Amino acid sequence: MDKSIVEQNGVGPWCANALENVFHSPQISNDTCNASSTTTTSTSGGTTSSSNGTTEHFQHHHQDLHGSPAKKCRLRRRVDSGKKNRPPFPWFGMDIGGTLVKLVYFEPKDITAEEEQEEVENLKSIRKYLTSNTAYGKTGIRDVHLELKNLTMCGRKGNLHFIRFPTQAMHRFIQMGRDKNFSSLHTTLCATGGGAYKFEEDFRAMADLELHKLDELDCLIQGLLYVDSVGFNGHPECYFFENPSDPHNCVKKTCCLDNPFPMLLVNIGSGVSILAVYSKDNYKRVTGTSLGGGTFLGLCCLLTGCETFEEALEMAAKGDSTNVDKLVKDIYGGDYERFGLQGSAVASSFGHMMSKEKRDTISKEDLARATLVSITNNIGSIARMCTVNEKIERVVFVGNFLRINMVSTKLLAYAMDFWSKGQLKALFLEHEGYFGAVGALLELLKMTDDF
Amino acid sequence: MATCSRIGGGGHSMDKSITLPPDEIFRNLENAKRFAIDIGGSLTKLAYYSTVQHKVAKVRSFDHTGKETEDEPLYEISVQEEITARLHFIKFENAYIETCLDFVKDHLVNTETKVIKATGGGAHKFKDLLEKKLKLKVDKEDEMSCLIKGCNFVLKNIPHEAFVYVKHAEPEFRFQTTHPDIFPYLLINIGSGVSIVKVESEDKFERIGGSSIGGGTFWGLGALLTKTKRFDELLQLASRGQHTSVDMLVKDIYGGAYGSLGLTGDLIASSFGKSATADKEFSKEDMAKSLLHMISNDIGQLACLYARLHNLSRVYFGGFFIRGHPVTMHTITYSINFFTKGEVQALFLRHEGYLGAIGAFLKGAEEDNPNQYSWGENYAGSSGLMSVSPDMFPMQRTRSGTFDMLEMDRLERQLVNLPLLLDSSSYIPDTVDLTEDAMAREYWLSCFEEALDGVVKRAVVSQPDLQDARERAEKFRLKYRHKLQTLRHQPCAYGSLTVRSLLDTREHCLNEFNFPDPYSQIKQRENDLALRYFQKVVRSVEMLNWEDRQFALVKGLLAGNMFDWGAKAVSDVLETDPTFGFDEAKQQLQERPWLVDSYSKWIERLKGPPHKCALFFIDNSGIDIILGVFPLVRELLCRGTEVVLASNSGPALNDVTYNELQILTERIAAMDSVIHSGITKERLILVQSGSSSPCLDLSRLDKGLATLVRERHTDLVVIEGMGRAIHTNYYAVLRCESLKLAVIKNSWLAERLGGKIYSVVFKYEQPAK
Repeated sequence: MDKSIVEQNGVGPWCANALENVFHSPQISNDTCNASSTTTTSTSGGTTSSSNGTTEHFQHHHQDLHGSPAKKCRLRRRVDSGKKNRPPFPWFGMDIGGTLVKLVYFEPKDITAEEEQEEVENLKSIRKYLTSNTAYGKTGIRDVHLELKNLTMCGRKGNLHFIRFPTQAMHRFIQMGRDKNFSSLHTTLCATGGGAYKFEEDFRAMADLELHKLDELDCLIQGLLYVDSVGFNGHPECYFFENPSDPHNCVKKTCCLDNPFPMLLVNIGSGVSILAVYSKDNYKRVTGTSLGGGTFLGLCCLLTGCETFEEALEMAAKGDSTNVDKLVKDIYGGDYERFGLQGSAVASSFGHMMSKEKRDTISKEDLARATLVSITNNIGSIARMCTVNEKIERVVFVGNFLRINMVSTKLLAYAMDFWSKGQLKALFLEHEGYFGAVGALLELLKMTDDF
Repeated sequence: MATCSRIGGGGHSMDKSITLPPDEIFRNLENAKRFAIDIGGSLTKLAYYSTVQHKVAKVRSFDHTGKETEDEPLYEISVQEEITARLHFIKFENAYIETCLDFVKDHLVNTETKVIKATGGGAHKFKDLLEKKLKLKVDKEDEMSCLIKGCNFVLKNIPHEAFVYVKHAEPEFRFQTTHPDIFPYLLINIGSGVSIVKVESEDKFERIGGSSIGGGTFWGLGALLTKTKRFDELLQLASRGQHTSVDMLVKDIYGGAYGSLGLTGDLIASSFGKSATADKEFSKEDMAKSLLHMISNDIGQLACLYARLHNLSRVYFGGFFIRGHPVTMHTITYSINFFTKGEVQALFLRHEGYLGAIGAFLKGAEEDNPNQYSWGENYAGSSGLMSVSPDMFPMQRTRSGTFDMLEMDRLERQLVNLPLLLDSSSYIPDTVDLTEDAMAREYWLSCFEEALDGVVKRAVVSQPDLQDARERAEKFRLKYRHKLQTLRHQPCAYGSLTVRSLLDTREHCLNEFNFPDPYSQIKQRENDLALRYFQKVVRSVEMLNWEDRQFALVKGLLAGNMFDWGAKAVSDVLETDPTFGFDEAKQQLQERPWLVDSYSKWIERLKGPPHKCALFFIDNSGIDIILGVFPLVRELLCRGTEVVLASNSGPALNDVTYNELQILTERIAAMDSVIHSGITKERLILVQSGSSSPCLDLSRLDKGLATLVRERHTDLVVIEGMGRAIHTNYYAVLRCESLKLAVIKNSWLAERLGGKIYSVVFKYEQPAK
């Protein structure tokens, strides 16, 4: 809806730019850019990159920040006014994944008149652009329902916005950053996810932007703990399903993630990472699987010709996987009692598709559903094994695969409950895929180390 | 014939006709009883128990009381019919099922069987057909318990059953030594789904997990993605594809490796992660490859999680997804290595396809107590492992479309480890693995091929009274030559290829065509001849002083060992010069220092206290045993050492058999008081080894022998001859003293060992303290 309105408007103040698709870039006069960029050319010129490639797993302290964007940040602060121990606006945290880029943006709502005056034009335009739209270009989306309101971060009050766009559009995003002279704002761009590494050079070369690269698992955990601690606009961030084994009475219930450790954190993005988290900064990656959200979407595209995650999920919601999968009862006529396998259990995912007749008559919806169910069950099964091997009784599922994906969340809840005989509860978080980006933003704010 | 739905794609249109006459496939049906059948998705495995009537050479002592004439032979050789039990397993495509059942029905004469045990997914579907055709009641057995039973059976009874697969290695198959204790283990059966079963004992097993993402997923999803119908065509597509165009790798996300986590750039981050786009076409090959990786990795990961949870390191993989396909064996192996960081090896089974049928059969045969016996793979009647790799052996590919057989003979005695092995789990009988040593393989295969004429000739001559001897000998030639050819192309067909397996295969093939003992007359003649010289040899040795006598005895033993029809160089000499004698042999022997020479150490030892009991694995008939071994045995007895003489249970070349040894000992005892008293006081004991091979596997010996060795506190093991001390056991480590003696009667081998023909190996070893 929002998207179409923006596109109909066509030439609104933020749409004049020819760079469509990602963001309709804010219009900024070149003069302003040049003016502000002159102030820090010297600092941004010395591009010493931070050495984030060797992050340790268990103790995550970024002490050595000399020459890092943070140092530049401090330098600029002194140049600016020296009155605030916080990084200059805009505050972004970015998580560049294999499929999606997740961007969180802190919109200050306590801007004083004086600040408003001082606020450089392009900074203002960015703020206005981001907060007054819910869709950016063809593929950028702001998840309005996730917005965290009246948040105090680093002494400032404001709203946290959650924005995502496909990683495929990354280059257009960088180009926009260049065209709008983002580097003149001298903000530190804290980025995590593989793309922080992959696109680092592009940011530098195309837009003169230095990324402050952060480990994605560090960010994930910090972001998750933070969002959980601030809550979701007065409600708990966390939820689970009551009666997971009873489809009619299975209901979503919120809960608190108090005393969350140790927890098994299953992050389902394009692929899946499974972490055992023992405390705020003590965790290990237990394992991972390449059968994740990317696999679901990739296979669905190939099997059904769909193009988006939403489309794939929509089809899946209508489909019936038992037309595709071979169940225990299809093989044994009923339960396989010798091994306590229920007749309704899936014996072979896509097993019916070995038969040509069945292939010829199967619907796209059924295929999409079967793909979703296979991938979800598989993740559930691996997660379940990890909880046993790691002796952890709490499992939290996050990642954008779970976005608008009630089929999977319920299935995971059911699987955990079933295989643990009720011992294990699957927990979910409302901000599914954004914790990495939030974690990156938190790193930016941490740079306000005081002297 | 039922039309099968298979399409002959990619120029691999397979011959649908039965390539062998059915009576060569369904053998010994006349006496067949106890049927079992395992009908899978595409293959049927039929199992039956039958008895084989075959000829065995027996020797019987004449009654010598009173008279003893010069020309009367030492003992009587007779050929008797003997009945032994054999298990037959035949694998064929489901398309042939009607034809095969008809044939079986027509040839079933003597059976009283009323039921057929059935297992496998197709058992239900074909129930009516089975009952109608065979007039047997179908008795269904649980698939998984059959599988486990079959798996236990092959692991226990077939040496080199399990192997590790190493792509691009030479050889690709690394066979594992049979571990005496096979439990516990994990069996991962990858059929349409995946079952993970923990097996703790013969009767105790549990399905500890599973996954719905298995062979059916590869097939079903693969068929949807590539419009390719057949499973093996999908595998072929996969083997040609590049998964990197479909999968999202770590480097696609990171631009390189994710170093801090140790994830390399080439790792798959998201299977099919690149195919989430409408604007690109993907090739069938690439999609099939990506799918194969996805499924293999997933299964490997689950297998590792379960192996870790249950602390199991032996993990066997089976099911149609694996079944001899190098492509899937490789991806599963890769995945297991990755997820366990090499701690767990993926193991595969040579007879994996037969497990269900074997298990179903065993369930129906419990009253025959099949588990109380030892069984041996009959190399003559078994097809061996055929690679189904499309590119490796195109010639043999067609075979997978026809018939595959496994035959197992019930052995008379139960076989166990020699208790004196230092570490039975790491014992490998064979000195050289010809699958690893291409040069040696080439040599031995040619050597056996060249010797074939002589063997055929010998076989014909051994049965002068039988009209069909020549015809059978020719059949033997064809069969053995075919085996050799098979082994040339597929050295791993029967496990590790060794000189022993080549020799054993030849014996099996000779037996197959009723040449139970081609050397019986030669052995008889030579025994007879040697006996006449026994006293003379003993006297000449007795005249010597102690030190000279010890040397003369060893030299005599070595010279005796030169009379060996098993060695081509020697059999040529013996063939042309029958008068070639003991003294000439002594002259041919290498002078000391020998090629391997620990004689001084041996002499030093002899100066010490006598051994308690010596176990002597003897070799050839005639001069070897009578003039070589017995004088030494006599000396040992005189020293106060008890002697156990272990001889083959059945014939192999001119090796002395247990029956023959009994007669010979009796005759020698009549001439020699030391031997006589040794026998009567049970200080000299004759036992059978349980083997019918010219080589020696110390992990498969007669149970009685093992018991005796324990009872007598054996502290010296003497192993004699090339077959037993060089081709096998050269590196065997025992917990007691051992003496390995042989004359190298093969110039190629001698050169390889750094010597010349008739070089001597005298290897005396003491256990590490």
